Amino acid sequence: MRAGQSLRGSELRRMEGSRFNTGQLLLVISTVILIITVVLPVAMIVYNVFFYKWSFDWSLFASMLTDPDNLAAMWNTVKISFLVTTLGTVVGLFFAWLIGRSDIPLKGLMKSLFVIPYMFPPFIGAMAWGLLLAPRSGYINKMFMALTGGRTPLFNINTLAGIVFVELCYYFPFVFIQVSGALERMDPTLEESARIAGANQMTVIRRITMPLVVPAIAAGAMLILISSLSHFGVPAILGFSNGIFTLPTKIYELIYRASGSFEGIRQGASLSILLVAVVVLALALQRRVLRTGRYDIIRGKSMRPMLIKLRGWKAPLLAVCFVFLAITVILPLFTIFGVGLLKAYGVPMKLANMTLNNFKYVLFESRMARDSIRNSFFLSITSAVITMLVGTMIAYVIVKIQPRGKGVLEVLGILPYSIPGIVLAVGVILTWSGAFYLNLYNTIWIILIAYIARYMAFSMKSASASLEQVHDSLEEASRTCGASHFESLLDVTLPLIRPGMVAGFFLIFLPAMRELTTSLLLYGPFTRTMGVAIYSINEEGYTVQACALAGVAIIIIVLGELLLRFVTRERRGQ
Amino acid sequence: MAEVRLDRITVQYGKKTAIGDFSLHVRDGECLTLLGPSPCGKTTVLRAIAGLAKLAGGDVTIGSRVVASKDRRIFIPPEKRNVGVVFQDYAVWPHMTVEANVLYPLKKRKVPREEAKEQVSDVLRQVRMADYAARMPFQLSGGQQQRVALARALVASQDVVLLDEPLTNLDANLREEMRFEIKRLQNETGVTVIYVTHDQDIALVISDRIAVMDKTGSVRQLGTPEELSRNPVDSFVYRFLGLSNFIAVEIVDGEMHVRDGSERIPFPYPVPSGMGSTSFYAACRPMDIALARAATDGGAGAGGALRGLVTRVIYLGNIYEYRVQVGDSEIRVQQDSYEAFRNGTFREGDACTLSIKNIRYYEDVEEVS
Repeated sequence: MRAGQSLRGSELRRMEGSRFNTGQLLLVISTVILIITVVLPVAMIVYNVFFYKWSFDWSLFASMLTDPDNLAAMWNTVKISFLVTTLGTVVGLFFAWLIGRSDIPLKGLMKSLFVIPYMFPPFIGAMAWGLLLAPRSGYINKMFMALTGGRTPLFNINTLAGIVFVELCYYFPFVFIQVSGALERMDPTLEESARIAGANQMTVIRRITMPLVVPAIAAGAMLILISSLSHFGVPAILGFSNGIFTLPTKIYELIYRASGSFEGIRQGASLSILLVAVVVLALALQRRVLRTGRYDIIRGKSMRPMLIKLRGWKAPLLAVCFVFLAITVILPLFTIFGVGLLKAYGVPMKLANMTLNNFKYVLFESRMARDSIRNSFFLSITSAVITMLVGTMIAYVIVKIQPRGKGVLEVLGILPYSIPGIVLAVGVILTWSGAFYLNLYNTIWIILIAYIARYMAFSMKSASASLEQVHDSLEEASRTCGASHFESLLDVTLPLIRPGMVAGFFLIFLPAMRELTTSLLLYGPFTRTMGVAIYSINEEGYTVQACALAGVAIIIIVLGELLLRFVTRERRGQ
Repeated sequence: MAEVRLDRITVQYGKKTAIGDFSLHVRDGECLTLLGPSPCGKTTVLRAIAGLAKLAGGDVTIGSRVVASKDRRIFIPPEKRNVGVVFQDYAVWPHMTVEANVLYPLKKRKVPREEAKEQVSDVLRQVRMADYAARMPFQLSGGQQQRVALARALVASQDVVLLDEPLTNLDANLREEMRFEIKRLQNETGVTVIYVTHDQDIALVISDRIAVMDKTGSVRQLGTPEELSRNPVDSFVYRFLGLSNFIAVEIVDGEMHVRDGSERIPFPYPVPSGMGSTSFYAACRPMDIALARAATDGGAGAGGALRGLVTRVIYLGNIYEYRVQVGDSEIRVQQDSYEAFRNGTFREGDACTLSIKNIRYYEDVEEVS
């Protein structure tokens, strides 16, 4: 009865007749939640851009679209993300292959080290690189100028190239992680049989390995593309001072400059539509270019692959790895903590000039910094719990109940994923500052709503994955044992997906802890998050305090990441 | 114990009709097997009885209670039907111990704890899993998990237990052992069992009656295993119950001949009566054919026996299998190895004569799958 199998779930739940049952209840709740958190903000953006006092008005959008500044911002966005995606894919692929398929030593260590940039909040990285490579004041540039005796800096980080470099450092792990995973799961006999058939090393890589990992590369590249198109932190920190804008930073600037006036928000909303259009276009283009066949020969089992001997190249390539890691991970970390320990910005980095006062200040003395830590914890935990529960519910409806309109639910849930954080923030402002008799502006709740919408896709994805592991017959078995649908859910399905839900919690908690973009448009006097606090302290010129708070944030994120590892390892052990 | 009546039921998945207008009466306390090729809707029948599939027409009655009826708008959910089900993948809950798995139906029925525990240990003893009560499912083999599923189904209902191909995923030895086990348990408890399988060996062993279903989901023949073996109503049932040969024959001048040969080969058996036309098929099992050496002079065989040419010889251990060319058709012949050795085995290219027992005649030959 293979043909019927996919329909079974819906049969079982739909058949309880016309009475209102558990399945239908979950469906209605899921739809309502998604409409409120996702559809409404998007609809409000569209409405406010194209309608003025209930009549269609195209003029605002047209004027925004023809403004040369905005066009320049759009062009910058496209250039930056194209370069970041291309270079990031190459870098990620190279290291993934090196660690997955060559006999380079220290693999375990390197694998963990290469994932660190992924946890590192890019805007903190940008701060660090600003401190190192700002044209006149950057430590490296100063050193360089002292050495050469000239007045030309080594490298100006406040440029497009600088922005591309920093984003590249923190986005290449997307491809690295995807491709490493695919290489690990790939059946090594596929490569071995090609060798046996007479192909040489290079041919195997070109004709066998590469085509098999193409889907993984595509997935990773797509993540980089979406992320860099909608990225705010790095261009904001490195670009503003030099007048370089991207679409997300331009949206922020328009709203910020208008100090929250409705006209500014409308202008921001217009650019938001433009940004979403660019993202959607990029996605469509990418899908077209990479419309290759899907290969299912990638197995779940991990086997010992054939390793390529590097011989004389071993030492140089190992050195490349370590230099790369030193540049992307150690140098910025050292800078953040080093500067965070300085008595004042600008004094030489010597032990005599070090103090813990800045950390004491951000942890105990500054009300703003303390509030921000508390707010971030509150927002991350609350949004992670709510999003995880709601996401699991929606995933359950999609995977197990399979109602007629499940496609709509799926699209609604994944939608915010392709909507940049800054755009979501604009939509949330338009929706929740009085448009529907409810003004949450300047409260922490408006940020919470935005976080929930923003991270819903994460939670739905992880919950769907664990629900798909739970075979339909497990719940059917409990039905035939006398348990109602709701009891089956409670006794069988929930316990089985609990580990997945815990992992899902962390997958939201961690990015929420370092969130900057959305919060920056939504914060009020008492609702700064850690990201916002670091950003604004830094903008106000209190560099050492900003670094100290950034250091605190990094410590919290690393601890959370370790906890996540621990939790998922336990699950794997079972 | 309860009888199960299916009255012209129809089940649809989307627009596809899985079974249409299906009727069946399962007697109280019997073991009835639904035997048929996949997919023929046999699992759907089980799902309709258990309440896991919705009816698009017809009635389902368990005991004296109508549990589903399209016309009367009755639908009793699975949890209230009091039917035990053993799923093809066992569906033993991986997060509960063996004992907790089996205890669950009693807990849902609010059986007092002491009484429930006793019942569980009883049934675990019956399925020979008493020593494993505290184990988790991942510590069990496939056969053991299957017994847990069986125990759980028996605890869930004393009336009706439905089994959906539970032996398919087991290895051959375990399969053989479990089919006797299921039969024994059914005899002990007297529960009504409806068993779904495509494996005729299992069906013949455990069933009181077998319903042979075809691909369209209709029952071709319903009867005891003996009735089915002795008198298959059509070529479909005949083929489904075992290895079979079909020889196309026709009547010319009152005598049968093999139809599709370039030369005319007599088929030296009595002409059956009551066939609709002059061309039809003679069916026989490979084990019912005896081979003998053909006379070397090339004339008609002794007593006009059917002549053939051995084209392939396959040694299967306890059985010798030959492929024999008769006219244009190839016939499978199986001989007990011991006998074959005693009488001398044939080699490829040998001429032989065939004598056939238990021939049945059918108008046509249907594809089984």
